Amino acid sequence: MKHRTAHTPSRTAPQTAARTAPRTPRYSVGSPIADTKAPDGPVERRWDQRRFEARLVNPANRRKHTVIVVGTGLAGASAGATLAEQGYRVTQFCYQDSPRRAHSIAAQGGINAAKNYRNDGDSVRRLFYDTVKGGDFRARESNVHRLAEISVEIIDQCVAQGVPFAREYGGLLDTRSFGGVQVSRTFYARGQTGQQLLLGAYQALSRQIAAGAVEMHARTEMLDLVVADGRARGIVARDLVTGRISTHLADAVVLATGGYGNVFHLSTNAKNSNATAVWRAHRRGAYFANPCFTQIHPTCIPRSGDHQSKLTLMSESLRNDGRIWVPKARGDTRPPERIPEDERDYYLERIYPSFGNLVPRDIASRAAKNVCDAGQGVGPGGQGVYLDFADAVARMGREAVEAKYGNLFEMYERITAEDPYRAPMRIYPAIHYTMGGLWVDYDLQTTVPGLFAIGEANFSDHGANRLGASALMQGLADGYFVLPATLNDYLARAPHQPVADDHPAVAEAVAGTEDRLNLLLAVGGDRTPDSFHRELGALLWDECGMSRTEAGLRKALERIPELREEFWRRVRVPGGGAQLNQSLEKANRIADHLELAELMCLDALHREESCGGHFREESRTEDGEARRDDDRFQYVAAWEFTGPASAPVLHREQLAFDHVHPTQRSYA
Amino acid sequence: MRLTLRVWRQTGPGEPGAMTEYQVSGIVPEMSFLEMLDVLNEELILRGEDPVAFDHDCREGICGACGMVINGQAHGPERTTTCQLHMREFGDGDTIDVEPWRAAAFPVVKDLVVDRSAFDRIIGAGGYITAPTGSAPDAHAVPVPKEAAETAFENAECIGCGACVAACPNGSAMLFTSAKVVHLNTLPQGAPERESRVLGMVGAMDAEGFGGCTNAGECATACPKGIPLPSIAAMNREYLRAARRAPR
Ligand SMILES: Cc1cc2nc3c(=O)[nH]c(=O)nc-3n(C[C@H](O)[C@H](O)[C@H](O)COP(=O)(O)OP(=O)(O)OC[C@H]3O[C@@H](n4cnc5c(N)ncnc54)[C@H](O)[C@@H]3O)c2cc1C
Ligand code: FES
Repeated sequence: MKHRTAHTPSRTAPQTAARTAPRTPRYSVGSPIADTKAPDGPVERRWDQRRFEARLVNPANRRKHTVIVVGTGLAGASAGATLAEQGYRVTQFCYQDSPRRAHSIAAQGGINAAKNYRNDGDSVRRLFYDTVKGGDFRARESNVHRLAEISVEIIDQCVAQGVPFAREYGGLLDTRSFGGVQVSRTFYARGQTGQQLLLGAYQALSRQIAAGAVEMHARTEMLDLVVADGRARGIVARDLVTGRISTHLADAVVLATGGYGNVFHLSTNAKNSNATAVWRAHRRGAYFANPCFTQIHPTCIPRSGDHQSKLTLMSESLRNDGRIWVPKARGDTRPPERIPEDERDYYLERIYPSFGNLVPRDIASRAAKNVCDAGQGVGPGGQGVYLDFADAVARMGREAVEAKYGNLFEMYERITAEDPYRAPMRIYPAIHYTMGGLWVDYDLQTTVPGLFAIGEANFSDHGANRLGASALMQGLADGYFVLPATLNDYLARAPHQPVADDHPAVAEAVAGTEDRLNLLLAVGGDRTPDSFHRELGALLWDECGMSRTEAGLRKALERIPELREEFWRRVRVPGGGAQLNQSLEKANRIADHLELAELMCLDALHREESCGGHFREESRTEDGEARRDDDRFQYVAAWEFTGPASAPVLHREQLAFDHVHPTQRSYA
Repeated sequence: MRLTLRVWRQTGPGEPGAMTEYQVSGIVPEMSFLEMLDVLNEELILRGEDPVAFDHDCREGICGACGMVINGQAHGPERTTTCQLHMREFGDGDTIDVEPWRAAAFPVVKDLVVDRSAFDRIIGAGGYITAPTGSAPDAHAVPVPKEAAETAFENAECIGCGACVAACPNGSAMLFTSAKVVHLNTLPQGAPERESRVLGMVGAMDAEGFGGCTNAGECATACPKGIPLPSIAAMNREYLRAARRAPR
């Protein structure tokens, strides 16, 4: 923070910037940050070294420490269960009626692990390499290597818990391939891998709840973080049934609250997924890293109209056997079966012959957008491409296709009333995942001491693009293995004087929360919360979605504050605060989305390069592919909040690549 | 489409409730049932009325949060979750009754929202395999015959929505409980706790006030995930076996 310099985002065209930028600078630059916790030395020894250096809490003393875990998805449930097994007292929260319903339940395709059970050349090193490359060289080598190492243990752990992974006739585990890699390392449970992994973690958590080691608060939403004397010491939460606001104090707080894809309104995330926990933590001092790194998934069911409330993913695993194509001719309205082979453009196979339909997500999504923009799209509004299983059915037989993808085909048919065994699916990209999140060091600790972030809520391991089946791996790595080790160290080192209930920080957080809810209830305007969410989402999708331009981002940065102002003037939230009030819950989350959206656009504007999911039209190669700018942007952008009306501060964490040499990604 | 909805409205636990009639228009066949309720709720908000409360999250049929009795059937006329029911199953001018799950063990929280936490407590009473983090052997140390893996999977598919309880004339949770017992007891990893699991879970189920099973079979008919009815018989066998062996 010492060396702040006022900065307008465009260095290439300062004059334009001066004319179009508002009077206050949009951000300033602060001191760089370093991930100080990762040990030096060979990358494959760092995690071992860190664990060895970490202090331990004497088992007899663990009962004296309370840890708050917010979230019960893969990351939160695995962390809560493991911490309780170690002997800590855990207080855990989720806003669903049961921890088992966290958004992780919806993950379909699978989880990666470098088991090399297939003997197809996989290894920890290769998973490490694939992930760094897949992330377009914007992730930390130390973190990614650790993730690859731990991947192996995760599968063991889940099998021991009774997760019913797919198996072969010999009784051994089956695997499949996913985008961006050439080995078969994805373990799966039909199309319901997230469900099965989450139930495994939920059951382990339930055992601890029943044993009294975890105090579980379902239907309870964290609305603020309590930072007392410079450390995260608790949260303010609202009981969603009674509306009661309460505080919970602890020695450390862990956020496992998932991603913020729902800022876009339409996404594949569960309807209630939201950014409040991470955004409130950001406002309390936790830096927010790479907010513009959002992932667009290439294979989702296209939207069918304005009523659409969410989008449904068709697992990427389908690209193993399905072939993606569009008609060669523009505006070809013939039904797919009437379009002869030679009039079809299997564009992924054509442009990327070695990876074909299995190129990484960002590439597949942009390619779909390009063919649709060129007028070759199919279905209503030309916003779709075909994902065709005719060849797979001919090759493997319908039964084999059904065994692999049955539930996905069923879901597709249920939603569209079309039978994918007979006609190709229509798919289109949609917002799916957020690589950005709270900045964390190697220990997964944020810039607020005592506040940790795990799972999709942090930014750590996927760089600018996440590979398929790697989020489940990361969530469970964080929760089962990484956090329990590093949190030990924090608790062993930090002195924890109890925080009194009447500590000024507590009173201030509670009062702030109550004021805000009362304010929302008092507006009494003429627009529904959803109408604002839709408008914000459409704006972001257009200007900060699959491709981004300086002009578009500037436009969004003008519009978002206006929309926010309008929200606080015109929103209507019926009912009161002391009851189950779903409109109030929603409005409160949208209020935070309206702030986070601005930071996302600012981050996207400042990053004048294309990398991974962040595609700036100004930065591309001659053949239209993303062009990274390593000289200027080989860093993590960590943003510091400085106040509601003042510009954020950018802290850069430079990335070093000692083991995987940055190249322009090529999947051709 | 224009529809008449008769929706159960109840302000809170233990409060009296009643069916209230609403008209909705502008409904298209591609909408999901919940999107239709979204339309109603946005209208209610603009009129300054309390929107209808209902649980939902994934809207993909996997989280198990949604669930309503639609025209007398749990999750409505299709064998799927409420969020995956589409308006193409209804016709213009239809009248649709929408009520919460009704069961002694699922008290109404508000409108269509019920308290299903009893399910969590049943799982806590044995619906797990004790395998603390870090203690696992290599995943291939114990092969699992494909058939056992598939039986386990078939039962593990339960989403805990509670339709089985809502559909059962006795409000029984046998299908839910048996799905977890069969999932875990079928696997070699689940064998050491085979007996304590079934005894604990059945005990918890009874303590929560769920009704008994009279083989009506409505549960399996209503189940959106197709949990097989024979799982109940399998659980009963496990229970008898365990009860015989349990020290008296
Ligand atoms: C449709 C779909 C399919 C996917 N398929 C795959 C796949 O095949 N493979 C893969 O690797 N990844 C997949 N992903 C991504 C992956 O599922 C997620 O990234 C991952 O599950 C996130 O887990 P998490 O534990 O970080 O958070 P989540 O599962 O999102 O859990 C968040 C938790 O935090 C709680 N919470 C949030 N905010 C608050 C608050 N303020 N107060 C209280 N509680 C709060 C919620 O109640 C919830 O319990 C998929 C994602 C989607 C959308
Ligand atoms: S909302 Fe998740 S199953 Fe219906």
